[in-house]
Amino acid sequence: MYDPTVARLTYRALLGRRRALILFTLPALLIVIAVAVRMFSGADDQVASDVLGGFALATMVPLIGVIAGTGAIGPEIDDGSVVYLLAKPLKRPTIIVTKLTVAIAVTMAFSAVPTFIAGIILNGNGQQVAIAYTIAALVGSIAYAALFLLLGTVSKHAVVFGLVYALVWESLFGSLVSGARTLSVQQWSLAVAEKVAGGELVSSDVGLPLAVVLLVGVTVLATWYAGQKLRTLTLAGEE
Amino acid sequence: MTTIRIDHTSRWFGNVVAVNDITMTIGPGVTGLLGPNGAGKSTLINMMGGFLAPSTGTVTLDEKPIWRNEQIYRQIGIVPEREAMYDFLTGREFVVANAELHGLGKKAAQEALATVEMEYAQDRKISTYSKGMRQRVKMASALVHQPDVLLLDEPFNGMDPRQRMHLMELLRRMGDAGRTVLFSSHILEEVEQLASHIEVIVAGRHAASGDFRRIRRLMTDRPHRYLVRSSDDRALAAALIADPSTAGIEVDLTEGALLVQAVDFGRFTELLPQVARDRGIRLLTVSPSDESLESVFSYLVAA
Repeated sequence: MYDPTVARLTYRALLGRRRALILFTLPALLIVIAVAVRMFSGADDQVASDVLGGFALATMVPLIGVIAGTGAIGPEIDDGSVVYLLAKPLKRPTIIVTKLTVAIAVTMAFSAVPTFIAGIILNGNGQQVAIAYTIAALVGSIAYAALFLLLGTVSKHAVVFGLVYALVWESLFGSLVSGARTLSVQQWSLAVAEKVAGGELVSSDVGLPLAVVLLVGVTVLATWYAGQKLRTLTLAGEE
Repeated sequence: MTTIRIDHTSRWFGNVVAVNDITMTIGPGVTGLLGPNGAGKSTLINMMGGFLAPSTGTVTLDEKPIWRNEQIYRQIGIVPEREAMYDFLTGREFVVANAELHGLGKKAAQEALATVEMEYAQDRKISTYSKGMRQRVKMASALVHQPDVLLLDEPFNGMDPRQRMHLMELLRRMGDAGRTVLFSSHILEEVEQLASHIEVIVAGRHAASGDFRRIRRLMTDRPHRYLVRSSDDRALAAALIADPSTAGIEVDLTEGALLVQAVDFGRFTELLPQVARDRGIRLLTVSPSDESLESVFSYLVAA
């Protein structure tokens, strides 16, 4: 279910293009914010939680997920170079699972690692805040990568839809309509973080069992469906 | 024997019918798929390559369906028309990756690069390649597993004459070795030079099939229309119409020219300068008025 050549091509495509700049910029921004906050307001658990929850988990993780998830397959389908993968005796789900693995690894590396570093800078992992949000970022990375990889497989406008989901649905609707929060990867990840932190600082609108079911369900379904779509991917000619 | 069989196959996109009830068999040797732009050649090749499902009918390789059958690619090599091909890799990295995806190693990749004579530039990034170089690396990636069937969509586009000759030679060798090679083109001369067998597609329909000489004859024997200007149009017209190679002549007063309809192309092209010289008439303009490929093809459809 994993092909090292597909993985190598995907890594190089993801980290070699302009989109890699955004991959580096967002975590750098988070670290800068963390340093600034620490300098101006000292080590404060609540502030640390606000920064990590408000910026790292709510904005950075989904954005990195959009870039890595859609970028792992979208551009290849758009420009047609995916034909070189498809014209091989290679099971379509293997291509998807490999690309998902790469997308997850990249999302984790560029979101969970900086989240942990920022947490340490902010309050030295007081009340397990840094660990909690890092785990939330790790868990979120998996679901986001699967979701956005599917988007990249089915739509030419995957980045736009991804951004709309990440920014409009999760951030805007999530803050206005409480029901929207149930259908939010961010809230599911927070449920896991809440369990880890244990205290009052991290909280989610979704219970842990439901969150886990939804995380696993969405990841598995999205991956399965992306594999199906790739099997019947139509590469229209130039005509 | 590796044979692609297309059986009563159609493909439509919404209301547009790209391929209309085509039945053909592509066997070993080099086959040219000829047709004007937009005739449905790419659609047909995409169906043979397993990238497009037929709307109706079947496309099979030795009785095995091609659509949704990834194992078929052990036998098929594809050279797509589109340019995109992992530009951030070097030529060698690209061909090695293609070899690995077939479960082969660097040796197979190196052989394929040698076959297309791209070793000299194999360590340069593909983004720096010319169109002809890209075409050859694409070719190497398709040859890496020595497929029985090679499908090429407009392979000569953008190649210079030397590269074209080289690729033709390569395809000819593959055909002679008993592989099934199919390439599409909208240029008659290309197809004529290379293919022993031609399939003509016009407006999604199968217009003609067979030996290129027969098709060439069909194309050249059709009535040709010429626009002729001379120092004495009427005297020329009288002399031309006396010969059976000319079916009709119209004196176009507004154009100040003759519109000649010739039925025997070979004879007419010899007759015209002879008649003019014998009668001391100077020819000012001789231009075929329906030489566009489309008109040639539409004649074929009617034939």
